[in-house]
Amino acid sequence: MTINNYNITSADIKPVYIIMTYIFDGSLQGLLTAVFEYFERKPGETMLKSTEMFQPQAFAESFTVITDATKADRVWAGLQKKLKKEWLRKFYCSYLSEVSEAYNHLFQFSIYIFKHAAGAESNYGNEHVIALSKYAKSVEREKHRMEAFIRFQKTGDGIFYAGIDPDFNVLPLISNHFKNRYADQQWVIYDLKRKYGLHYNLTSVEEITISFTNGINKQNPASILMDESEALYATLWKDYFKSANIVARKNTKLHVQHVPKRYWKYLTEKEIL
Amino acid sequence: MFDRIREKLNILADAAKYDVSCSSSGGTRKNDNKGLGNSHTSGICHTYTEDGRCVSLLKILLTNHCIYDCLFCVSRKSNDIKRAAFTVDEVVELTMNFYRRNYIEGLFLSSGIFKNADFTMERLLLVVKKLRLEQNYNGYIHLKTIPGASDELIKEAGLYADRMSINLEMPTEAGLKLLAPEKSHADVIKPLDFVQKQITQFSADKKLIKHIPKFVPAGQSTQMVIGATPESDKDIMYTANAFYNNFSLKRVYYSGYVPISNDTRMPILGTQPPLLRENRLYQTDWLMRFYGFKVQEILNDANPNLDIDIDPKLSWAIRNMQHFPVDINTADYKMILRIPGIGVMSAKKIVQARKFGKLRIDQLKKIGVAYNRAKHFIICLDSPYQLKDYQGTQIKAFILAESKSKYLKTDNNQMILF
Repeated sequence: MTINNYNITSADIKPVYIIMTYIFDGSLQGLLTAVFEYFERKPGETMLKSTEMFQPQAFAESFTVITDATKADRVWAGLQKKLKKEWLRKFYCSYLSEVSEAYNHLFQFSIYIFKHAAGAESNYGNEHVIALSKYAKSVEREKHRMEAFIRFQKTGDGIFYAGIDPDFNVLPLISNHFKNRYADQQWVIYDLKRKYGLHYNLTSVEEITISFTNGINKQNPASILMDESEALYATLWKDYFKSANIVARKNTKLHVQHVPKRYWKYLTEKEIL
Repeated sequence: MFDRIREKLNILADAAKYDVSCSSSGGTRKNDNKGLGNSHTSGICHTYTEDGRCVSLLKILLTNHCIYDCLFCVSRKSNDIKRAAFTVDEVVELTMNFYRRNYIEGLFLSSGIFKNADFTMERLLLVVKKLRLEQNYNGYIHLKTIPGASDELIKEAGLYADRMSINLEMPTEAGLKLLAPEKSHADVIKPLDFVQKQITQFSADKKLIKHIPKFVPAGQSTQMVIGATPESDKDIMYTANAFYNNFSLKRVYYSGYVPISNDTRMPILGTQPPLLRENRLYQTDWLMRFYGFKVQEILNDANPNLDIDIDPKLSWAIRNMQHFPVDINTADYKMILRIPGIGVMSAKKIVQARKFGKLRIDQLKKIGVAYNRAKHFIICLDSPYQLKDYQGTQIKAFILAESKSKYLKTDNNQMILF
């Protein structure tokens, strides 16, 4: 058959097919359940979207995944068998990015892993493998930045407090670091964007929510609430930061590249005196 | 009281800032005793100064009183500056309180030499012992080894410090003699060698006995001042290479000289520090440590100095075009590492990914290869067929034409003469 001089064989003519969309509740368990349902139902090419991002389309089919802990556990156990720790971590980090495209990549990545022999995750030519490694990298970078840029302030009741609003949901990733490091002091790290925090009470870390009094500055609570030594050490630290600078080597571009401006509000040393 | 400690900190932090070592990596200390702090394997830079250098440690001198008169040093005896000295408790309090607020990874403690080497080393030792034994502090400690201090003191210090360092100061003995006649490289080599032998001894014992204390777990480092004396890049890097090999150093730091004196033997006040040269030296250092290059390949009698306009890896490639183009899909890892535009991470991904099928340009870009640079040196599955063989110099021109070097625009400290 020749149409407009193009050679078209019958294999080229396919029915218009409708992409299936799976909708999940945005939880990790929901995402894993979706993978389970995919293998159960074999719907062909499928997209995953969270309820928040889903908009019904005229020519698309959709299926709402009902989160099921047992199904999710089975998928996770399956991934544990196929992937090394390093890749399970990348998987979890990508999920914590909270990026809607990341959810679909995680879904496709899982399908790809289950359909191929062990070791398929090192195929960096695959778009989902590369996507996961990129999301994981961004999340790990944000995690590392929080480990670096968090500045505790010692409150009047002896608790070291820091309010943060990280780009990604990194509290679950930084918990151990702070627990191991600051084992002999009580601390609170509060995610102001996601409205939950971690409290270390000298034995374990617990998830908390704080109901702030109206009008309180959550990043920098008033000095009246602070330990009396707080102002002294904050001043000494600002002094130190200034003294450590070599004016003849000034390089503002590099400075801002390492400490992007959106983090300045955390940093005691960047407060205007 | 408050003002006095502020003044001391300003003086003693200012005097310590020319020591560029900032790393807090390589430590293995855990917070086992439920005290304060631990080591982070890769280190953490808690902030960056406005000159773009990382601040990881509270870097201070115990005192800037010094019996020596080294021309390149702000704390030299003949320099008319304010002098100060911390007490042991002041350093301990500062460290603990900064650490508790997550300002720092640890303490970097150095000192001017007052009275004599042993007296100075003893005081440094008092600080670290108090931190470790009384305060249960497990954070990072970088301690200066004071040249000339007794072996017993150095050995004891090594039990509490994570890293120790002594600075070579000048890349060659001749350079050092010119600016600091009282010092010699031999003074540095002796304690470096002593600490290295102890590290080896401790790790050998550790294989036999389980509970052996840590000894300088993050190893040793040194620093050379660049541009104060007329050494070539070859002199500098050959010295660095020898010290890496002979003393298993973790790092050699290169510190572009910031003029601090009007002495005619050195660049005059107001001269810009050689930042770009410093950058090229670090790039060479990385090529030696992570990219499998021998220093002789990069610097030799025919090329005693590094190119300023292009990096040393590109420079090597265009001098050695007989190795290129490299086939991404078949070449071994070592060769892929040598391609300009491909770093360690990309090279590792390439050798893993190509097992699943031959790689194309778009895949290389996604893996993170700087394709516009690498394209002159590689072949992959869909490389465009090229009739013409370009010379190294032509490729250099292509790359320079399309690269927006961060230095070409802003670097007027070396390029412009008038």
